[in-house]
This record gives sequence, structure tokens and C-alpha cells, in this order.
Amino acid sequence: MTYISLSVGDLAVGALLIVANGILSLGLGLKLERTLLISTFRMIVQLTLVGYVLTAVFELSSPFWTGTIAAVMIVFAGYEVSARQERRLVGVWSYGLGATAMMFSSTLVTVLALTTQIGPSPWYDPQYAIPLLGMVLGNSMTGIALGLNTLTSNLARDRIAIEAQLCLGASRWTACGPMLRAAIRTGMMPMINAMAAAGLVSLPGMMTGQIMAGVPPTEAVRYQILIMFLIVGATGLGVLMTVFGGLAYLTDTRHRLRLDRLKQSRMT
Amino acid sequence: MLRLRQLAPLGLEPIDLTLDDGACLTVGGPSGSGKTIFLRAIADLDLNGGEAATASLVRSGVDASTWRSSVAYIPAESGWWADVVGPHMPEGDPRPLLESVGLDLSCLGWTVSRLSTGERQRLALVRALISNPDVLLLDEPTSALDAESTAQVEQLIKDRQARGATVVLVTHDVEQRLRFSGHHAHIEHGRLEFQDEEVAA
Repeated sequence: MTYISLSVGDLAVGALLIVANGILSLGLGLKLERTLLISTFRMIVQLTLVGYVLTAVFELSSPFWTGTIAAVMIVFAGYEVSARQERRLVGVWSYGLGATAMMFSSTLVTVLALTTQIGPSPWYDPQYAIPLLGMVLGNSMTGIALGLNTLTSNLARDRIAIEAQLCLGASRWTACGPMLRAAIRTGMMPMINAMAAAGLVSLPGMMTGQIMAGVPPTEAVRYQILIMFLIVGATGLGVLMTVFGGLAYLTDTRHRLRLDRLKQSRMT
Repeated sequence: MLRLRQLAPLGLEPIDLTLDDGACLTVGGPSGSGKTIFLRAIADLDLNGGEAATASLVRSGVDASTWRSSVAYIPAESGWWADVVGPHMPEGDPRPLLESVGLDLSCLGWTVSRLSTGERQRLALVRALISNPDVLLLDEPTSALDAESTAQVEQLIKDRQARGATVVLVTHDVEQRLRFSGHHAHIEHGRLEFQDEEVAA
């Protein structure tokens, strides 16, 4: 394959753009220069480390190390979902709900793609497994975080209306049905929009990367279509699990609304 | 009939109580003393301990939907989930009930967001009574009503009592309390005290 390798000097030239932004922030008094600097350094350090880690793991090609990297990725994704919640769940589910849902949905979809469609040998070959899981996790994470946030916000907002239905003898599923559906819809929307815009408004990153690495565009497009299917599949399954799990946790078998299992809003 | 055995609402001492068919218990006490929490605990809307029963149902033996259809809690602030009034009404004929509180069937087409507080309060009572519950748990049912509507709502509650319904009525209004002859309880400092001990069984 033909691709142009980048030198450190090339990156330094690119970094001038960050410097330009920093000067802009100083000049306009935006007070962004500090966070900009920290974020830039974090990005450089994190990506450099990941580069070395991936190189090592690719060379080892052991199921144990591939699995370990996958587990670490899922842990961070679970943390991200929890961090993006306006109101967090109380207790271990604050973190565990999104992480569990992603562990099931993303792992299932990724393993399915590896064993039946892409078929590297061995199927857990980290060169395929890790980037694939990364893309599936990263995208389904957004949907899951949005879906859960919509659910908890709506349950808190509509408490009086929900309890009015419960008082008249409705089950928790009936009383919370509209909030459940709204949460699932909101969680699915970004990926549905991304599919509709793909190729017209946005060129997906993976496809772009493959093309720059010398893969014929039609080949790259086929990969991208598969990736989209995988992401939508994982998002749908993950959002469904998270939202149903969240509703089951925030209600109980006596059909009560249990907002005591939800922390106060963190945003003003 | 309503029977409570060591019912323990959050923050209140356990309560024992027996009210016969057609009996009424008025409940008073300062704001924040736990009057609403008491009613919500009977309706099983919050975590609570102990047991509650009607003449035909034991709370722990039936699912929550069955219990709440029979033991109707009507909160001070009514909740609405559809745009117009109609879909909030359970199956049954709301007309006699609507007429008894000075409304008619045309209100079913009204937009909820344009209802007055008093209209909401009366409609919330109507929708809870359609299924003929055995026990009524009323939280300040006339707080937003003028004298005429208050009289209509009180008469409706008394009619239900005459037909055998047991009523627990939370009210700040001493005169209203006296208009409902029956038992009285006062909640303060986490304790519910009965004025006459005969119901505390």
C-alpha cells in the first residue's frame, strides 16, 4: 500500500494552528489558552502512548492482551457515558448500566463482524478487532449517553404526570411509556442522521483514512457501509438495554417511581 | 374499610388504624409534617413499611395497580399527560360525576394547559372516582376552589361516604374538618396522634 509518512517536523507545522488559536484566545480575552494547551498535550501524549500500545499488542497478537485492551476501552466508554449525565443514577449503576450495555452490544456486534464478515485469521487479530471495537464503542457510546440522559431528564420533569397515572392504576411501563420511547428515539437519532449525511455532508473518518492509505475508494466505501451497519446495530441494542435497564432501576416492582435513585441535577 | 398495621411512612413513626366503611379521618398538622407522605405511603407510592388492607384486599397480596384502583390517592397537585382532558378519563361514564362538581361533558374536549387550577382539581377528583374506589385519600381537595365549588366537592365526597367509601382527608381548614364529622388526627414531629383512640386499633 502507498501512503505518505508524516515526520515530527510536519506535525510541528500543523501545531502552528494551535498556536494561532492560543494567540486569538489571548488577544480576545477568551481565557481558553490554558485548557487549549492542556487538551493539546493530553491529545499528543494519549495518542502517542496508544500508538506504542497498539504496536505491542499487534505484535503479541494474543487473545489475552487483545481482550485486556478491549476491557479497558469498555471501562472508559462506561465512564464517559456516566460523565455525560445531567442526573446520575445512585450507586454502582451510575457507571455500570452504560458499561454493561456497551459490553454486551459492542462485543456482540464486533465479534459477529469478525467471525462472519471480515474474517481475519485468527478472528481476534488485534489489527482488526481493536479498531473495529473502538469505532463501534465510540459511536454507540454517544447514543447510549443521550438516551439515558433523555430518560432521566424526562422522568424527573414529568414526575407528577407519571404518578398521576400510577395513582389511577397504570403499570410503570404504561405510565413511563412515552418517556421510554422518547429516550430510545433520541439515542438512535445521531446514527440515523449520520447514515443519511454520509458521503454528502461528511466523509466518514475510517473511509477517508483507508483512501489515504491507498485503498481503492470503492473498497473503502464497502468497509464503511459495513461499519455503519455495525454501529447502528450496536447503538440500537445498547440504547435499548440502557433505557430499559434505567427505567427498571428508576421504578420498582410495586410500580413506584423511584427518583430517590437519581442524583440531583448537576447543571444550572 | 381501611386498616393499617404498623404502616411506616418515611420519617413517621409506625401507624395503626382501623376505619370502617363510610368513616372519615381528617388529618391536620403544620406544613412539612408528613401529611402527604402519610397518604402516599397508604397508596404505596413511596417506600414504606407495614401493611395496609381494605375489606377485600390486602396490599402485599395484590399488585400495585389493583391496590391503587381500589385505594385512590388524589394529590394536591394534579398531573396530566395528554393535551386534552378526554384521554385522562378511565373507562366508565364521567357525566354524573362531572355534573356533581358543576362541569359537563364538553370539558372532555378542553385543552389541559388552559384549565384553571380549580378546574384541574375538580377534574382530577372526577377521574379518580369513575372506578368507584373503596378508599379515598384526599390531599387538600378544595384548596383552589371557591365557596360554591368547595360545597359541591364536599357533597360529592359525602355521597361517596354514604355509599360506603372510607375517606382520609388532609386539610388545613378547621371549618372543613368540622363539616366532616368523624375522626381527627394530627401529625407533628414525626408522630400521628389520634384525637380519639378508638380508631388506633
